[in-house]
Amino acid sequence: MSDTNTAGRAQSAPAIELKGISKAFGPVQANKDISLHVAKGAIHGIVGENGAGKSTLMSILYGFYKSDAGEIYINGDLTPIPDSQAAIKAGIGMVHQHFKLVENFTVLENVVLGAEDGAMLKPSLAKARDVLTTLAHEYELDVDPDAVIEDLSVGHQQRVEILKALYRQADILILDEPTGVLTPAEADHLFRILGNLKAEGKTIILITHKLREIMAITDSVSVMRRGEMTATKPTSQTNAQELAELMVGRQVLLQVDKKPASPGAALLRVENLSVRDELGVEKLRNVSFEVRAGEILGVAGVAGNGQSELLEIISGISPADSGKVLINGDAIDIGKTANPNMRRHRGIAHVPEDRHRMGLVMSNMAWENTFLGYQDDPAFEGSFGFMRRENIIEDAKQKIERFDIRPPNPRLKAENFSGGNQQKIVLAREIERNPDVLLVGQPTRGVDIGAIEFIHKQIVALRDAGKAILLVSVELDEILSLSDRVIVMFDGAVAGERDATKTNNKELGMLMAGMAGEAA
Amino acid sequence: MNVLPKWVDIILIPLINLLLALIVAGIVVIFIGENPVEAMRLLIVGALGSSYGIGFTLFYATSFVFTGLAVAVAFHASLFNIGGEGQAGIAGLGVAIVALNLDHTHWLLVFPLAIIAAALFGAAWAAIPAYLQAKRGSHIVITTIMFNYIASALLIYLLVNQLKVEGAMAPETRRFAEGAHLPFMHEMMGWIGLSMTKTPMNISFIWALMCCVGVWLLIWRTRLGYEIRAFGQSEPAARYAGISPTKIIMIAMLISGALAGMMALNVVVGGFSQKLVNDPIQGAGFVGIAVALMGRSHPVGVLLAAILFGVLYQGGAELAFEMPSISREMILVIQALVILFTGALENMVRGPVTRLFLSLRRGAI
Repeated sequence: MSDTNTAGRAQSAPAIELKGISKAFGPVQANKDISLHVAKGAIHGIVGENGAGKSTLMSILYGFYKSDAGEIYINGDLTPIPDSQAAIKAGIGMVHQHFKLVENFTVLENVVLGAEDGAMLKPSLAKARDVLTTLAHEYELDVDPDAVIEDLSVGHQQRVEILKALYRQADILILDEPTGVLTPAEADHLFRILGNLKAEGKTIILITHKLREIMAITDSVSVMRRGEMTATKPTSQTNAQELAELMVGRQVLLQVDKKPASPGAALLRVENLSVRDELGVEKLRNVSFEVRAGEILGVAGVAGNGQSELLEIISGISPADSGKVLINGDAIDIGKTANPNMRRHRGIAHVPEDRHRMGLVMSNMAWENTFLGYQDDPAFEGSFGFMRRENIIEDAKQKIERFDIRPPNPRLKAENFSGGNQQKIVLAREIERNPDVLLVGQPTRGVDIGAIEFIHKQIVALRDAGKAILLVSVELDEILSLSDRVIVMFDGAVAGERDATKTNNKELGMLMAGMAGEAA
Repeated sequence: MNVLPKWVDIILIPLINLLLALIVAGIVVIFIGENPVEAMRLLIVGALGSSYGIGFTLFYATSFVFTGLAVAVAFHASLFNIGGEGQAGIAGLGVAIVALNLDHTHWLLVFPLAIIAAALFGAAWAAIPAYLQAKRGSHIVITTIMFNYIASALLIYLLVNQLKVEGAMAPETRRFAEGAHLPFMHEMMGWIGLSMTKTPMNISFIWALMCCVGVWLLIWRTRLGYEIRAFGQSEPAARYAGISPTKIIMIAMLISGALAGMMALNVVVGGFSQKLVNDPIQGAGFVGIAVALMGRSHPVGVLLAAILFGVLYQGGAELAFEMPSISREMILVIQALVILFTGALENMVRGPVTRLFLSLRRGAI
């Protein structure tokens, strides 16, 4: 009697239950009091922007990080997971976004690695060969066991990762952005595999920011934003646009005071821009648009749909494969010899998306960052290549005052300013050059509310001065409140263009999720 | 965030590291059966107790300043130039060529030309690894190490087959005539009426001090130094700022090689030998790595660290002479301990010191 009861409980207990998980990295709260239920045999999706805390949460579940607070239950039992060995023991397997395979080992050797039965390799390999054959049969996971990893396609390498987890008897599989590097056909095959695994009673957690995938194969879905689990729903009771809003939306809607635009001639034109990354994946496909004087063109889209590549090509940091970029009607170099300096001389300024890596040299002082990229300006460079420090520091002081950068100390290192003030340093540097074209990426990411308002005002002021502004942001509210026109990027292409005053979150959310047909 | 006061970072931590190294060295001395306090006294007195000792100490320090600056400049571009040894060796060849051809003239002519030759030869030897790093991504650590061996082999080949005095046994050039001898420090002291014991310390020491100033100006006052530092601290930020990685890698390594090359002045036309011998560098290129690490890639730090190593070299030699049970190898062990504690184990002390300061500060508030 009691036996059947226990069995009944075990049956109904969720495969994974997280209670109150929190994790901070220094001042950054990556996970805040997160609770999660995943039923046995379900495919559960977790969506959220980059930096929302998805990967941190999964790393805690897989034993890479130790949570500051909270408990993990596996199949109803409290299971501390101090390291990945414990996670494997608890039946959890993880397929990382960047595969962790030994490139010059065979499939078999990779599968066995770390799970060998003894000092001699042969029996383990023979056993693995049998298991692999069975698994391949059961789940459409066919891979040649003797192939060397570096000769395999990305899709096949991913199968090896899944096989590795299954070989270790994983009942719970975590997949981190599994389709990011796959072709559509490979992705379809992966989903069939996941379906088969589910049919066998495996539990799957799928981390992605592609909403269509969530809608297509998950049973339930959780949305994370800024370290918090903001919603968990059965997939059947939600839709892509609601998820998009939950992911990127922000409750605080800052209304930007701006007059209607009076656009003039096109200052920036982009024609049929295409580029592939080193793996041959298309990052931009035939992207065309124009930005006119006195206009803000917003580029909306879930992160990773080609916006970063677009900014890097226009600003001269990386080359394009084909297409044209015209400034004031003149085509500029977008080949391998492209150079950000030439862009600056042409009046293009660029506030990069990632200010920590690219926009600032964090260990340099504020004044040294207020002329980064303009170091060849005669106002800053004197004779014999010496810096005109007095000029630069004086100029930095003025920028600090005009942009209200706090603390107003040009000798403080960039890393010691708050996010908002760091961003103001970058904006001051770029806007004070009075550029014809301003490229802005994620102007208010990680910036406090007060600074957001200030930054938005500066961008609008530049527009009103008759400049062309290309605004890339994953914050829909920011796009809608700042832009005059909006284009939406999906999978490297422009999925649609809208008048900012005549569209809404819902419609843009549809376009962002790649459902242009339904948005029309 | 940087929580430590600057003086702790620059002075206190290196001193604690040095103290730890000496304590461990002292324990080793006890095991040998000698008195560590007496050994320490002999070492310090031997290095700094007389104008003779000081002269030798600063002679060694001169070499270490050049190789230390070389490593420091490359460090600022986040490049690890381990090839100081080879670059200095090849520069020695350049210096010797100038000296052999012009030693009938005057040092006032030889000195500037030897500086140019040392810089050119040293830079040229650094140029190939730099190019391979910039264009081919071959790791600079590996290539510069390889180039040390090539330089050594090339030098021996040239000494044995081209430069050796006919009929002589030793693989070395002829002794340079008076015109190529750089003025010794005791001679220069004599010019202004001061007397000093005869030591190999020479005018290269002054040139080394000038190079310290020059490197400081370059790194912190010029646009090029700004670009080198930006590249060294964040390559994406440098690319964003239109700074060409290829250009910075090449220039930083050429400057680094030229500085390493200067070291040859001190030992080829500066010291007592006055000829190019086999292995003129004697490991100074490698000591430069420790000097740059300990000096935190700042010219002032490099100068102080170079003098410390000069003390260890000169004092160590005296110590080995006075205490026969402490062999030449024993001195190497002490030097190695200093390198270990100041370079490799630097973070071992940093953690506890940082915690101590944080708790002190909390106590104060």
